[in-house]
Amino acid sequence: MQGLTVRYGDLVAVRDVSFTAEAGMVTAVLGPNGAGKTSTIEVCEGYRTASSGTVRVLGLDPAKHQRQLGERIGVMLQEGGVYPSARVLDTVRHYCTLYGKGADAAQLVEQVGLTARAGATWRRLSGGEQQRLSLALAMAAKPEVAFLDEPTSGVDVNGRDTIRGIVRDLAASGCAVVLATHELDEAERLADRVIIFDQGQVIADGTLAELRKGHDEIRFRSDPHLDLTALAASIGMVASQVGADEYVIDAPPHPKLMAQLTTWLAEQGHPLTDLRAGGQRLEDVFRRLTARDGGDA
Amino acid sequence: MSRFLSQLRTELQLTLRNGEQLLLTLGIPVLLLVFFSLVDVLPTGTEDPVDFLAPGVLALAVMSTSMVSLGIGTGFERSYHVLKRLATTPLGRPRLIAAKITSVAVVELVQFAVLVPVAYALGWSPSPANWALAVAGVLLGTSAFAGIGLILAGRLRGEINLAAQNGLYLVLLLLGGMVIPFGKLPDGIRAVAHVLPSGALADVLREALGGAGAQPGTSWIVLAVWAVVTPLVAAAVFRWD
Repeated sequence: MQGLTVRYGDLVAVRDVSFTAEAGMVTAVLGPNGAGKTSTIEVCEGYRTASSGTVRVLGLDPAKHQRQLGERIGVMLQEGGVYPSARVLDTVRHYCTLYGKGADAAQLVEQVGLTARAGATWRRLSGGEQQRLSLALAMAAKPEVAFLDEPTSGVDVNGRDTIRGIVRDLAASGCAVVLATHELDEAERLADRVIIFDQGQVIADGTLAELRKGHDEIRFRSDPHLDLTALAASIGMVASQVGADEYVIDAPPHPKLMAQLTTWLAEQGHPLTDLRAGGQRLEDVFRRLTARDGGDA
Repeated sequence: MSRFLSQLRTELQLTLRNGEQLLLTLGIPVLLLVFFSLVDVLPTGTEDPVDFLAPGVLALAVMSTSMVSLGIGTGFERSYHVLKRLATTPLGRPRLIAAKITSVAVVELVQFAVLVPVAYALGWSPSPANWALAVAGVLLGTSAFAGIGLILAGRLRGEINLAAQNGLYLVLLLLGGMVIPFGKLPDGIRAVAHVLPSGALADVLREALGGAGAQPGTSWIVLAVWAVVTPLVAAAVFRWD
């Protein structure tokens, strides 16, 4: 994708966006609401037309070759996409026929853990079950590229494990997985590469390690209201309170510094209830990059 | 199984599972035909009410399936992103539309297979009975009503579309010469009724199946115009999401 711009009338939803998603990798697309993620993915799916720029998926122009592309890509919408009165197995079987790749419907239903619900209609499924069915429909394509929009949204813990396993298997089979999600934890667990959108533009693009580079921290929990001035005097670094009992020191996790910190807490009689050191969490990287009043993930 | 047949099977399965649709496409027409044929309360102007009612109810059946059933179903498919989801598969819009048209045709065949014998059982004996002309009228009517149904489905949200389709169904049923003769409508309304697709279809069917059309020549022209214009408008204004 090179220089993609999508306009809706006067509104520029996507502005000069360029990135690539590699085969065999999970590429997470993150961004606040209205950042342009969905518009970008819809252009890739051939569902929406680009105002300008060049988009190629598997070497094809989605706007001109939507049907050929449709045979090779799997799509999971954020919500809906299935007839409310359609039954699980019937629906998967229908999509297996539409894609014509020889996927086994019953096997796909089993893979997403819905065998017991095979005869249930879409409207009777829980939110998590609907997500899993939607993922099965994307897999019916035996896709070379999979566009998955919020695949774990509303899914319980066990269902999440199932979905993560499927996403990893898809990537391992050589599929380029493009994962649009608000759930930073999911992206952190699954993504080989992260692309962060903000206000219609890509503001960060790289592996998690690359995005975290230069932003190491020590994060710990202890009593509320520590004497941070005394702590700074002791360890030579400033700690910030970021929660009721949570503190962050923006510094690489040097053993000497860690020892100074734990020693000071012990001498002052404070507990150490949690300690994490190293690269920032994706959530913090995301906040740092998209910091703006009212922004959310 | 081909993509087209798979989509057609899905469309028909969903129609059969939808109780409201079955009531609309089969229950109401059968009920109207039987009730008003046996209880002579409508000013049909014919010796046997079924002679007037049978062609009108056949027209009503066409309208129920091709406008209301198709329109409401498609409207909800838009709302539930079913159309968007299908658009990303190799099905393609031409096959999707072909499956929907064929599904409507199959349901209409079932309707006629039920309604015509019921009408005959109630004493209907159309003479002349030009079935070829009647089928031509049904084809034009299907095109006209499908166009109207898809215009509404392609522009309105699911629930608003549902209300609009049902409201329009009632208006066209009452003003369309299906169960109430044109001659019994007030003058101003009668003029409008003659140019409605429901009125035109009922009239051409009444002419083809009994030679009792009020103004068949005009009705054929009116029906043909609706049959051409509404699908074109639907194609131009339909939104897929």
